[in-house]
Amino acid sequence: MLQAIERQRYFIDYSLSSLARRRGKNLGLLTVYSLIVFLLASVMLFTQSLRQEAAAILKEAPEILVQRIAAGRQDLIPAAYLERMGSLRGVSEKRGRLWGYHFDPAIKANYTLMTADQHQLPPDGILIGAGIARARGLGAGDFLSLRGNDGKPAAFRVEGILPAETELISSDLILMAEPSLRAFFGIPDGLYTDLILKVSNPREVRKVAEKLTLLLPDTRPILREEILRTYDAIFNWREGVVFVLLMGALLAFVIFAWDKASGLSAEERQEIGILKAIGWETGDVIRMKFWEGGLISLSAFLLGYLLAYLHVFFADGFLFEPVLKGWATLYPAFRPRPVVDGLQLATLFFFSVFPYTLATLVPVWRAAITDPDSVMR
Amino acid sequence: MAILNPAILALTLAALAVSLALLPAAVFSLRVLRQWDMDSGSERQLGLERSTYLISTLVAFAFAVELIALLLFIYNAEALSTQFVGAMCATGVLNVNGYGWPTLLLKVLIFFAAALWLQLNRLDNRGEDYPLTRRKYGLLLAIAPLVWAEAAVQTLFFLNMNPEVITSCCGSLFSAEGSGVAAEIAGLAPREAALLFFGGGLTVLGLGAWRLWRGRGGIPFALGGIGAFVTALMGIVSFVALYVYEHPHHHCPFCILKAGHGFIGYGLYIPLFAATALALGAGSAALHRHVPSLRAAAALEGLRSIRLAMIGFVWFYALGLWLVARSNLTLTEVWW
Repeated sequence: MLQAIERQRYFIDYSLSSLARRRGKNLGLLTVYSLIVFLLASVMLFTQSLRQEAAAILKEAPEILVQRIAAGRQDLIPAAYLERMGSLRGVSEKRGRLWGYHFDPAIKANYTLMTADQHQLPPDGILIGAGIARARGLGAGDFLSLRGNDGKPAAFRVEGILPAETELISSDLILMAEPSLRAFFGIPDGLYTDLILKVSNPREVRKVAEKLTLLLPDTRPILREEILRTYDAIFNWREGVVFVLLMGALLAFVIFAWDKASGLSAEERQEIGILKAIGWETGDVIRMKFWEGGLISLSAFLLGYLLAYLHVFFADGFLFEPVLKGWATLYPAFRPRPVVDGLQLATLFFFSVFPYTLATLVPVWRAAITDPDSVMR
Repeated sequence: MAILNPAILALTLAALAVSLALLPAAVFSLRVLRQWDMDSGSERQLGLERSTYLISTLVAFAFAVELIALLLFIYNAEALSTQFVGAMCATGVLNVNGYGWPTLLLKVLIFFAAALWLQLNRLDNRGEDYPLTRRKYGLLLAIAPLVWAEAAVQTLFFLNMNPEVITSCCGSLFSAEGSGVAAEIAGLAPREAALLFFGGGLTVLGLGAWRLWRGRGGIPFALGGIGAFVTALMGIVSFVALYVYEHPHHHCPFCILKAGHGFIGYGLYIPLFAATALALGAGSAALHRHVPSLRAAAALEGLRSIRLAMIGFVWFYALGLWLVARSNLTLTEVWW
């Protein structure tokens, strides 16, 4: 066993010195190779963290959301629907939610206005998300004036700014007391935007939703798992599209690798000839060449992955951000949380090391079967 | 709507590339079967000998890729389970259409066939006159159609994934009340399953110890390995899984691969698959121990395979035992 390891160590040793002898050529290959890994890994790491973020946000979301549909459009839902529902087995909590959008011409962006259920706010007090605070230059104690639905401006005092950890969802959020929100939007008492239901057992969710559609035929239940699945599908799909687009680059790289591997210089040919003349077998030459390829692959993989990691988690993935994330004026500044997983690494392997090795296989063999006498002449 | 996801793209790409790589390999195998003649010094024989280097490297690479693809396939099925209504683990995803389970079965079959081929190739390279060349390429001709079938079935599996389909989760497939092979296995009483599980283990370890001690009995060990593999899978479904989930009716062989169970399933499956593959290799080495140019090499290779296989089996059964021992679930009062 030890002997076998020693043997491979000599191969590595020889391969390294052989790589160093052709520094220029190999550095060029390494650069292109790393670039490919970098591009692919960036896309993967970025979508992975987006997916993770979406799942983390929705974890606390209610299991079922009930919207009233009137003529195919969403409409305000009467509070009486909560009574009409009656007590559904498995539902641990149900209540109405009040929220809406408001367009602010000053910064040409939409705010999300919502009632503050967990905070006691005075009638003119609001809590705002960090995105709004940045865009309007607001801090605690400042006043924000918005045009209500009656056309008159309403001034609100900023009581505080929502914590930065929640920015992905709270960036454009304004929280205010329920009476203030009703007055601002002109929503009469007894009407809500939608209803939410909490169901503790995940296996009961579908049954509860089924009962709801029978009890309240003019409503539409939306399940949390459906939202989650949609997010997952969207991010997967976006990732897939970028990958398909990068396929062209990958193909170019494969051709490049093939060309580099088959274009042996006279010097290299002579080297192989000498090796064979001093007793190396064809299999040994192939092994040596594979070590060369393996070392280049490993370096490129590590380098590219490291760069992608830095790009995504420290430079916010600025190259792909608009494509993968979507965009908005008040888009949250969000720090993706670093995640590395095995599925990603294996997939990345299939997109980089696998095509490279396949492309160099035939050229390597062709070099290895050279007869010593034909090249040393 | 097919799902466009990088792992699926990668698997499809890999299957396509491997299938293409096996095409010239299969043609070459036919030539070897017809024209291989070690005693001849003709141009044609020389060409064939040279090409064996390319083909065996190509095939070794293709099979190595197949091994990684098997892992990726399982892992990806696991990850996709959020996308289908009713799926909670890989079982639900494999049930999405009729091609899921055949793909997995073919992949497992190819895994063992490929492992056998790689070990045969290794052994053959030890002999000076490459005595197993014909046999090797005959085996390759048998494996190639499997690989092509797998590529086709897998592509159909991915293309026919419909996220709207309500699939059945492991609870309904691996339940004692259901019908079909999975249910039959799950319906096995834990007591019988435990006896089978540890009986298979003791048999294979005993045969391995005998082989190491007496220096013969490689073929019984290989057969014992196959038996251990089958009983171990049955044991996982109807016995070990219960203890891992600490739930007397949860039989799923895939849920143990989840992060929630510490990915413990990989710790079980990888050594089991590796050990079984090595046991097959030991069997093939024993089968070829009478080939004149391989006498020493076959003994050496067989010993090495058996040692490694024994490490894998010991690991597997020790981990299985530990999982049962550390569990809070007690079945002793109920079943025996």
